[in-house]
Amino acid sequence: MEDTPVLSLSQVSKAFGAVRAVREVSLDLYAGEAHALAGENGAGKSTLVKILSGVHQPDAGRILLDGEPVEFGGPANAQQAGVAVIYQEPTLFPDLSVMENIFMGRQPRSRFGIDRRAMRTAAAELFARLGVQLEPDRPARGLSIADQQLVEIAKALSRQARVLIMDEPTAALSGKEVARLFGVAEALRGQGCALLFISHRLEEIFKLCQRVTVLRDGGFVASHPIADITPDDLVRRMVGRELESLFPKQETDTGEVALSVRRLTREGIFTDVSFEVRRGEIVALAGLVGAGRSEVARAVFGIDRWDAGSVEVDGRRLRPASPTAAMAAGLALVPEDRRQQGLVMDLSIERNIGLAGLAALHKGPLISRPAERERARDWAVRLRLKFARLTDPVNVLSGGNQQKVVLAKWLARRPSVLIVDEPTRGIDVATKAEVHRLLSELAGSGVAVLMISSELPEVLGMADRVLVMHEGRLVAELDRAAATEESVMAAATGRSVT
Amino acid sequence: MTTDLSRPAERDLTRLARRWEGLILVLLVGVAGWAALGVDGFANTSNVSFLLLDTTEIALMALTMTLVIVAAEIDLSVASTLGLSCAVLGWLWNAGLPIEAIMPICLLVGAVCGAFNGLLVTRLGLPSLAVTIGTFALFRGLAYVMLGDQAVADLPPAYTSLATSSIGPVPLMTVLVAVLAAVAAVVLHATGLGRSIFALGSNEEAAYFSGIRVKRIKFWLFVASGVMASLASLVYTFRYASARADNGVGLELAVVAAVLLGGVSIFGGRGTLPGVLMAVLLLGVVRNALILADVANEVLNFVTGLLLVASVLAPNLGAIRRRRTSPPLEGKSVS
Repeated sequence: MEDTPVLSLSQVSKAFGAVRAVREVSLDLYAGEAHALAGENGAGKSTLVKILSGVHQPDAGRILLDGEPVEFGGPANAQQAGVAVIYQEPTLFPDLSVMENIFMGRQPRSRFGIDRRAMRTAAAELFARLGVQLEPDRPARGLSIADQQLVEIAKALSRQARVLIMDEPTAALSGKEVARLFGVAEALRGQGCALLFISHRLEEIFKLCQRVTVLRDGGFVASHPIADITPDDLVRRMVGRELESLFPKQETDTGEVALSVRRLTREGIFTDVSFEVRRGEIVALAGLVGAGRSEVARAVFGIDRWDAGSVEVDGRRLRPASPTAAMAAGLALVPEDRRQQGLVMDLSIERNIGLAGLAALHKGPLISRPAERERARDWAVRLRLKFARLTDPVNVLSGGNQQKVVLAKWLARRPSVLIVDEPTRGIDVATKAEVHRLLSELAGSGVAVLMISSELPEVLGMADRVLVMHEGRLVAELDRAAATEESVMAAATGRSVT
Repeated sequence: MTTDLSRPAERDLTRLARRWEGLILVLLVGVAGWAALGVDGFANTSNVSFLLLDTTEIALMALTMTLVIVAAEIDLSVASTLGLSCAVLGWLWNAGLPIEAIMPICLLVGAVCGAFNGLLVTRLGLPSLAVTIGTFALFRGLAYVMLGDQAVADLPPAYTSLATSSIGPVPLMTVLVAVLAAVAAVVLHATGLGRSIFALGSNEEAAYFSGIRVKRIKFWLFVASGVMASLASLVYTFRYASARADNGVGLELAVVAAVLLGGVSIFGGRGTLPGVLMAVLLLGVVRNALILADVANEVLNFVTGLLLVASVLAPNLGAIRRRRTSPPLEGKSVS
């Protein structure tokens, strides 16, 4: 293509203090093309997005709009230039309607104020252009994350956006929702939009994009038409070295039942859920977002109350609604939301690791500092945590390393049953492989692992058995041989399995 | 991989907090030095003894207030609890009960006041700011109902003189404060309970997910705060040999000021007990020196208020500056 790119970065650099977040990166976004930005956590992707959207100003290099140099002094400039960003978790006004969110600050007016009818028509037209069904009058509260993103996209479209940046939009989406989002992206591309797409899921990059730019440690590595590169090449470029197989679950002998959930019900959330996990086994809980998987995990661990049924760990019946009782029985939960539920971001690495096992750190009535430090250091080394000092707050760590701290915190308790909820969401490829290897080793050492995951390759690669939930019910149990992309998706979307 | 194993681990309080406490210490030494040189009657034993004795109630309540605020709650009803406890003391004394029976009843009253706050906050999920503003008025009102505007002054001399007695130059009540401060500091900084308080003050949800009994801990912190307020009421009553319903009016502000000036974050999760003790002393020295220098009472309040605003503002200025200049550290390891 000989066209002028709609938006391009030329030799852009940005430093924060001594850290050079982005170094001499160039990027060309063409109309009608989907461009992927790939790289591990900390590679500089977020900084680049913030430069493109006017949040950060580059220290060096130029931004070109239709070939002409421009300066984005702030997000408003970038918006005017037609750049829109869709984030992983959109922030809508929950009490306003969908259409009011779309036209916030630019409501169509009639002589008597806001013209709601015109607004409704315009919103419906936008949704028609996107090929989706959404009710313009419903409040934003209660919309799924996927629907919220569509509202954001409609908002971008209403502002005549020419460049749409999607920053990990699929991380919290189910397979069906991803497909719908991709349909919308394709439609936009067909209408001449330039797309910049960021995702940790390689198969999505290959499905959606025509071109990929790879960043590593803030530097520009390569830019390729997608047809010229294989997934393996891409991973090599991202990490700069060879990776072991992504999903290294070894065959293990399974032992006796460690976790037994019987007819567990929480009114309106999930119904009649029964399953068992044996020692040495990895059982995946698959399903669409909102199917009730995390809710089951939360109830089993005692975060939420259940209305009927029972949970047994190693044959002992758990008291409901008590995380303390669940922990005493040998249960551990690595929760879905690492930053909010897994970690106390302001506290140090060592204090976070110690937090779930404070009783074990006591010497008499006092905490033993050496024991606290030793426990943290021991697990940090075992999990190959990258850190400067154990006394650093966890918020200076990358997402992958934060996840390792959460894992360390729970593994230090030596649980007999480990529940992990989206253990690799939003973490880089190399750490992902390490987490997979770790889960596999844990199962090998006799831990019963229950893994909730929205990534099908992870589910299929790791699990000895796959349980599938649909609308609050357990609808299928598939062994390793029977679990395929098709069979899991069929069950997750409520079609009967043949 | 970069694992620095050589450096001895430190408290995970931020460098800012440590610098902040250093600053308070420098201020304390500076103001005390200035007062010793420039204010007549400051630097003599009897004045310093009085100064220490005069901070007793604030210091006592600041100990538990520190724990409460680190847990991201607040108890604005402490001075009213003190007042109610004084009123109960006076009322029961008028009714003819022996003082030895009255004192435990007062502590119990403090515990009940604290438990009431704690229940409203933990069981009903109400914000402690609103709850304790309500009980601030409620407890004080109850005190007036019981005692009206009378002052019960004919208290046993054995106790009133005990409250003002000294061991050498050190007031007995200062020894009491020191012992309880040591206990509070150990609880906050060297026990699992203390670790839990920091964790839940910083991120309640993550603390709950870690098996910490968030509500139970918060409840008992409010109870402790109430008991401490009634202990302070006993000291107050005997020290002034007067039980009145309006004892200790406005002290909650001095207590909160000392805790925040001591470097405890109003948002919870951050702070140290030594910092708070230094701040209590600093406020005491400032107050004492200004009184000796014949400065009007209104100016005293102004200075206290100024220090309070500065103490809330200063750490946040640091945070705002950091937010503007700090790099996103994701994925970077420092060797």
